[in-house]
Amino acid sequence: MNILIKRETEQKQKNISFSKNTVKDLLEQLKINPETVILTRNNEVLTEDDVLNDKDSLEILNVVSGG
Amino acid sequence: MQCSKCSGKAVIQLQHGSLCKIHFLNYFEEKVFKTIKKYKLIDRNDRICVAASGGKDSLTVLYLTKKYLEQYDLKTNLFALLIDEGIANYRKTTIKDLKTFCKEHKIKLVIASAKEEFGYTLDRAYPIINKETKKKPCNICGVWRRYLINKYARKNKATKLVTGHNLDDEAQAIIMNTFKANTSLSAHLGPVSGIEDHDLFVQRVKPLYFCAEKETRLYCLLKGFQVDFTECPYAQEGLRAKVRDMLNDFENQYKGTKQSIINSFLEVLPLIKEHQIKINSSPLNICKICQEPANQEICNTCKLKEVLKNGKKKRV
Ligand code: SF4
Ligand SMILES: [Zn+2]
Ligand SMILES: [Zn+2]
Repeated sequence: MNILIKRETEQKQKNISFSKNTVKDLLEQLKINPETVILTRNNEVLTEDDVLNDKDSLEILNVVSGG
Repeated sequence: MQCSKCSGKAVIQLQHGSLCKIHFLNYFEEKVFKTIKKYKLIDRNDRICVAASGGKDSLTVLYLTKKYLEQYDLKTNLFALLIDEGIANYRKTTIKDLKTFCKEHKIKLVIASAKEEFGYTLDRAYPIINKETKKKPCNICGVWRRYLINKYARKNKATKLVTGHNLDDEAQAIIMNTFKANTSLSAHLGPVSGIEDHDLFVQRVKPLYFCAEKETRLYCLLKGFQVDFTECPYAQEGLRAKVRDMLNDFENQYKGTKQSIINSFLEVLPLIKEHQIKINSSPLNICKICQEPANQEICNTCKLKEVLKNGKKKRV
């Protein structure tokens, strides 16, 4: 399936192909530590066990702020 | 995933279960209020200064300190204090956000500016000081900020200084001090900072002491607080960033690592404090020049002022 992701700090959306199920799997694929981000889908906050669907559009928010 | 307390959709998975939006907000606020009560962070007669930057931690702690006071019907005074170090393209945005927030929540905001106090913005002072001493912007910024926060909190008659330090900040500090064998610095940590009372020092307290960074970020998000993500142009990936990443890696593999660091630290903290008082390795002085608290005869801020003066002379 294809998933659209947008990181808080970047303007552009990225399209990535994903063959597993959950948010946890996706973060593993992206090599992002779940401790450091919060994921939302249509402004709804997701947890690691939530299942993703084809064409989902996700936003990845950073937990750590600099400065 | 479902909330462990109701049938709502979970927004976070914690060690003891998952929580929906409503139950998470309750859990988070209760945790902060319990911390305030257990460690007696706020007293009936306190006048409270919240050190605020406009970031997620400071907005959260500002909002919850106010809520706590209202909830317990404490007629205590509260104001926010922002330090404007003079960093172009950075502070302006956060000041604007904080002003809006304070207006919306009817909180008095005091702004102390480095330019007004020292005659220099950080942007202008840094190259001069760096040339003489090799000091980095964050060293100067830290010295100025500590000085200005304490001075302006006291000037505005605060009896407590609330900061937004969270569980991650504290765990990082404990590990960093351990790595550097800096026990005397660790003695100043804890929900109530400092080891001994001092008239010139406003006591610092940390209501978010047991709140993980991720929880605080989620709280801001769910409350709809406008958090700014402009990074300070001087921000560097130093030891703290390395320790932060290491702890997050551990936390991901072994849930509860950060909390355990804090818990074991709190068990020995009274002993560390006692020990520091006994050996009294860095007694608190009063600066000969500005009469503010100092570790030596002359405070770090006045030393920087000297450097600036000399640096300027050389330039003319
Ligand atoms: S990153 Fe350094 S210079 Fe920037 S605000 Fe933080 S301490 Fe100050
Ligand atoms: Zn619930
Ligand atoms: Zn001084």
